[in-house]
Amino acid sequence: MLQVNPNATRLTARNVSKLFWVEGETDPTIALHDVSLDIKDGEFVCIVGPSGCGKTTFLNLVAGLLPYDGGEIGISGNRVDGPGRDRAVVFQQSRLLPWRTTFDNVKYGMELHRRFAKSEIDDRAQHFIDMVGLRGFERRHPAQLSGGMQQRVNLARALATDPEILLMDEPFAALDAQTREFMQAELLRIWTEANKTVMFITHQIDEAVYLADRVFVFGTRPGRMRAEFDIPFERPRKLSLKRNPEFLALTDQIWTLIEEEASRAGLMQAANPAESR
Amino acid sequence: MTAIHPSDLANGVKREALIRPTKSFYQRNDTLIIGIISVVVVLIVWEIAWLAGRIDPLFFSGPSAIIERLWSGLITRGDMIPHIIFSAQNFAAGFSLAAIIAIPLGIALGWYRMPRMILDPFITSLYSTPRIVFVPLFVMWFGLGFASKMVIVFMSAFFPILLNVMAGVRTTDDQLLGAARSFCATQGDLFRTIVLPSTVPFIIVGLRQGVAHGLIGVVVGEFFAGSKGVGYLVGEAGTTFKTDLLFACVIVIATAGLTMAAILKKVEDHFQSWRPPQN
Repeated sequence: MLQVNPNATRLTARNVSKLFWVEGETDPTIALHDVSLDIKDGEFVCIVGPSGCGKTTFLNLVAGLLPYDGGEIGISGNRVDGPGRDRAVVFQQSRLLPWRTTFDNVKYGMELHRRFAKSEIDDRAQHFIDMVGLRGFERRHPAQLSGGMQQRVNLARALATDPEILLMDEPFAALDAQTREFMQAELLRIWTEANKTVMFITHQIDEAVYLADRVFVFGTRPGRMRAEFDIPFERPRKLSLKRNPEFLALTDQIWTLIEEEASRAGLMQAANPAESR
Repeated sequence: MTAIHPSDLANGVKREALIRPTKSFYQRNDTLIIGIISVVVVLIVWEIAWLAGRIDPLFFSGPSAIIERLWSGLITRGDMIPHIIFSAQNFAAGFSLAAIIAIPLGIALGWYRMPRMILDPFITSLYSTPRIVFVPLFVMWFGLGFASKMVIVFMSAFFPILLNVMAGVRTTDDQLLGAARSFCATQGDLFRTIVLPSTVPFIIVGLRQGVAHGLIGVVVGEFFAGSKGVGYLVGEAGTTFKTDLLFACVIVIATAGLTMAAILKKVEDHFQSWRPPQN
């Protein structure tokens, strides 16, 4: 396991930009413009923003699944150039191999990495299955698991590869509201236990504030960094924190910012007829 | 908190609710039972009409006559056996060759764009043409015996298998491929761990269609030329008004088709055990 050194920078993004060409348009769309941020070792960072702000695009750039068109991204000082064994992604849809059991799905990422011995792969798979609370479900196939359990497998698969940073792309967005809350609390427990650096993308402000050490708010058209918030609440955090007045004040502050962005981008015209006139 | 056992729920719970609901033999096998009853009813009506002399044996036949002919053809006289063996050899050779070539080729063409673009016009046009039109050509090239029949079966079975396998590879879930890439999968990894397993159901469908088309091929090929095989026997029975023999051949061919379909179903179930049961 990697030792946490709070002064070390795990992820550095400098002036990152990304363009998309849309069929039938003369100019490229600016998906991301001039995004710079640092994530420290062991830190839990959330990125929130309205739809279309490029937050998932940013994650894909960091994951190396898309090339960036400007700036630079580095993981522990190494320039990102395609996918790497130093990063692992937890996807919004669990993307488990439907013909593999829980156990074999958790092994999958390690198998592809080719840097763990066979016996080690089995031990690690069991260790992370236990950590995400799926002991007893090793032989089940994804179709026999609930959405929340599938996301636990998704998380275990990523953690088992021992990444330097965990990239999470709205992993709880498809879950029902209650399961989502429990999964948030579970994630914090697992994060403490696994001792990982996390970059977490979400559109849910309360989720971001509850989970993160720092929250970055992205704006839209073009997608860019709008603001950064330090989240002062002590850990371990209970779910009841979400009803704390300070918590509510902070989410409200972020919400105002996102609302501004959304209405500027024309996402709120229907709700604000006065503005469209 | 202590767990409550269902039998502790004394109040207000019906006794029956504590007994595991069981399905009767009929409920578990309803599709099969209704199917058998329906076939038996049709056979009985048919046989009654036949025994009552309402069917002209010159143009049609009855169940008992067909079974008699089948019995003598397969067991007592055995005159159908050499024809069945000949057809089975034609089919087995042509179909195996089609499967052995079409499955890997279909996978390659599904995965690589360039060879697909090169071969696509030929595949599409050959697939849409009834391959029967090539029978005279194959007879010219390969003669009246085994070789031409094998080629006809091959041509019949090849395209359904090829097209299904290609479609299977091309519909591979992009999300799974993306996840694997994020874990640094090589092209070989993607292929082995995602493309191949997700193409298996398409391979089975292709083989099943290949069996159906291949059987048509073997019958038509033998029907068209030569003096041996079940297809030849069908033609012979038709021109000499031996309707009982003709139907006996139909039963032989249908049984062969159903048996192969059942075997493929078993293979499919073996590979699909991870899928939740569907009705």
